[in-house]
Amino acid sequence: MKNLLAFVLKHHFIFVFALLQLICIWLMQRNRGYQGSQVLNSSNAVASNIYLAAANTKEYFALKQENERLAEENTKLRNRLKSNFNIIPLTRFERHDTLYKQHYTYMSAKVVNSSVNKRRNYLTLNIGKEQGAGRDMAVMSVQGIVGYITDASSNFSSAMSLLHKDSKINCQLKNDGSYGILIWDGSDYQHCLLTDIPTHARIKKGDTVETSELSGIFPEGLFAGTVESWEQKQNESFFTVKVKLGADLKKVNHVYIIQNKYKGERDSLEKNSQKQIDD
Amino acid sequence: MTTEIFRNILRFILLLLLQVLIVQNINLGPYIIMLPYVLIILMLPFETQRVALMVISFFVGISLDIFHDSSGLHASACTLMGFSRHYVLKFISPRDGYDIGVKPTVDDMGLAWYLRYAGTLILIHHFAFFYLEIFRFNEFFGTFLRVILSSIGTFLLVYLLQFLFYTGKKR
Repeated sequence: MKNLLAFVLKHHFIFVFALLQLICIWLMQRNRGYQGSQVLNSSNAVASNIYLAAANTKEYFALKQENERLAEENTKLRNRLKSNFNIIPLTRFERHDTLYKQHYTYMSAKVVNSSVNKRRNYLTLNIGKEQGAGRDMAVMSVQGIVGYITDASSNFSSAMSLLHKDSKINCQLKNDGSYGILIWDGSDYQHCLLTDIPTHARIKKGDTVETSELSGIFPEGLFAGTVESWEQKQNESFFTVKVKLGADLKKVNHVYIIQNKYKGERDSLEKNSQKQIDD
Repeated sequence: MTTEIFRNILRFILLLLLQVLIVQNINLGPYIIMLPYVLIILMLPFETQRVALMVISFFVGISLDIFHDSSGLHASACTLMGFSRHYVLKFISPRDGYDIGVKPTVDDMGLAWYLRYAGTLILIHHFAFFYLEIFRFNEFFGTFLRVILSSIGTFLLVYLLQFLFYTGKKR
């Protein structure tokens, strides 16, 4: 025993080395197994904090690149947004039939800009000449008529809303059949006035006001609104009917553009015949 | 003596941070992995007790293991290095031994001596480290190439770094 102790003391250098290596091997062994929890790893407080500080510093230096990368990604994502794409509605509902000639064609469009609070209100629609929209085409929403196109560029068109001081649309009372002109007095975006209704007309509250074919722009029978009240102004032999509009022009979004295929022909005919008679 | 210990502790912290935060991020391909932290062990004074030196080496390795998530790997290589430093120093010692107050640096001992001293110990350390890391012999030559190239890289860094810790004592 004494000899052994003397031997160990004499070669203690080697023994310490062997002991340390055994500890190392034990540590390495622990590291290998899946179950064995790692005794030493970088998740302890000191190491992780140092790594965190280094990462934060590095992050700070990379901020510029990171910003650029994010901006680039944002641009990419923005380009992908659905709202950036206009759905081009090239579906014209046409029908070829030898017995019936198609008088009106419909196109769907989206309102991209509109106003109700001015005296001259316009709507901007997302289709234009290239998609087939043009001057003097009617604009209606599902709830009722909205206005008609006054100008068209290649990809957009501008429509005069019902709420315009110069808007004059021929309308009629559905039950009675007497027609007048729908104008806007600028008081309220939900109401228009139907003027020139003869005093013998039988009007009831809630009567439907619809478009008449006289305008040449609107097809006959499109819903415009309902009768709310009527009055006969002094010194006038006509009723002025207050019409509650069907379309809420503040909310109008999807609309239809209606093209009268024979508008040009009709206009030139009317102009020529009137000219001949006048002359 | 106290300043000497303090200086060694400071060197330990600085070299550890250098290794972990900077050198670890230098990517020179799979064959050159520089481990200049061994300078901590290389720069321990000649007078250090050999057992103390080995234990210090063990703890240097353990602290590297903590950062590298390689429990025991650095410790084993460093312990071996600390163990062999005693014999290497004996083997390459000048005829009349080492003077008192002389430090194991290029300035004090000359480049030829330093190349033998540091070169041998770095090779021993890297041999142990890379073969323990891979723990098999079927990539023997690939690992051998890594040992040689990494040793050269480490030596160059160690050579440059030990000037940083030069105490300025001119003979």
